[in-house]
Amino acid sequence: MTVGLVIVSHSAKLAEGVAELAQQMAPEVLIAPAGGTADGELGTDYDRVCAALDRVDRGGGVVLLYDLGSAQMIAELAVEGHSGAGEAFVVEAPLVEGAVAAAVAAQSGADIDGVSRAASSAAEAPVDFVVDDKPTAYRAEMVLHNEVGLHARPAALLARAMGGLRAEVAVRHGEQQADARSVLALMGLAARDGDTIEVVASGPDAREAIARVQALVERGFEE
Amino acid sequence: MTCTTETLVAAVRGLAGVVAEHRTELIDLDRAIGDADHGENLNRGFTAVLSALDSSTPDSPSAMLKLVATTLISKVGGASGPLLGTAFLRAATATAGQSELDGAAVAAALKAALDGVVARGKAEVGDKTMVDVLAPAVQAATEAAGESVAAVLAAAASAAEQGAESTIPLVARKGRASYLGERSAGHLDPGARSTALLLRSLANSAGAR
Repeated sequence: MTVGLVIVSHSAKLAEGVAELAQQMAPEVLIAPAGGTADGELGTDYDRVCAALDRVDRGGGVVLLYDLGSAQMIAELAVEGHSGAGEAFVVEAPLVEGAVAAAVAAQSGADIDGVSRAASSAAEAPVDFVVDDKPTAYRAEMVLHNEVGLHARPAALLARAMGGLRAEVAVRHGEQQADARSVLALMGLAARDGDTIEVVASGPDAREAIARVQALVERGFEE
Repeated sequence: MTCTTETLVAAVRGLAGVVAEHRTELIDLDRAIGDADHGENLNRGFTAVLSALDSSTPDSPSAMLKLVATTLISKVGGASGPLLGTAFLRAATATAGQSELDGAAVAAALKAALDGVVARGKAEVGDKTMVDVLAPAVQAATEAAGESVAAVLAAAASAAEQGAESTIPLVARKGRASYLGERSAGHLDPGARSTALLLRSLANSAGAR
């Protein structure tokens, strides 16, 4: 059961925009914007947040992200009053980065703890992920040949492709290294069309992880 | 003298009256260090509480408190809605299952309300917020807990009024007023003022019986 997301904002436009952006990278995740007040003003509306929470709760749990001040309190109250199928958490995260990271994690099949962690770690330095660099790790170099390189949508595809795999996977570009499951870290590599990346994987599904990245790169991330 | 559902309903109607009466004063206080909507927001919330009471009759003190909580959360907006809503919600939980409240139950409900506001808003005494009112009110109520409801609320209201006055020289560290930094000093905090007004109104309702 996929984790759902609620975007709580003082502005209806902001909530809708963040939901739209995250949705593009995670098409199957239920993402509900809950912004503005019922009469179209700026503000956070308890009833709207509760309704959004109910709408995306399919049993796998719901993660709520918020913009400022009272939005956090309203989100917490909605969670306390929620008696739906799954658990619900309010996470402290940068709204845009957190929503994108949470959506991609949810799309990859992460549970509510995994989705919450993805959101809250979005504020951390996106690169310098350290993979176990033992000699038994699998590694492969590949050259990107899609127009935008590891930009938002390709990075999301790559991160999602790691879902369900028992493997630690790092993507290296120059001096930098990123967790292949973190869409923000992958974007932080700034790898462009024509650049060489190295994929390093360890764990039982390491070879499958590399094969999946290889397939995406060869298909030009389906651009 | 204890507090029954009927007396609490009457007291809540009294709260709505006090908020309407002080609407302009609260707006003016909020204009100085906030966004001038506190009186309007609170009045909208308590007007909605009166409407809710027209269409439903709570069957316990706890149900009455919960009705106020959910209405304020939905209607007040800003930070005051969730904070006051949390206060009433926690008081409702603390009094669940009791058909009448004695002085000790009222003191316990006030303590639960304070704990809820602190947990929700993360403010401490000295931050120039409603916590500067609720904290001394709860202390006074707890010390008077063996007495009547009227005595407990009278003690709480007096401490609350002193607490509200104590916010005047403070520099705000929480909420919208904190954006003003040092310039927030010298003003009575509107949330502190309204909280003290609500407690005095409850005390007057209890004392009038």
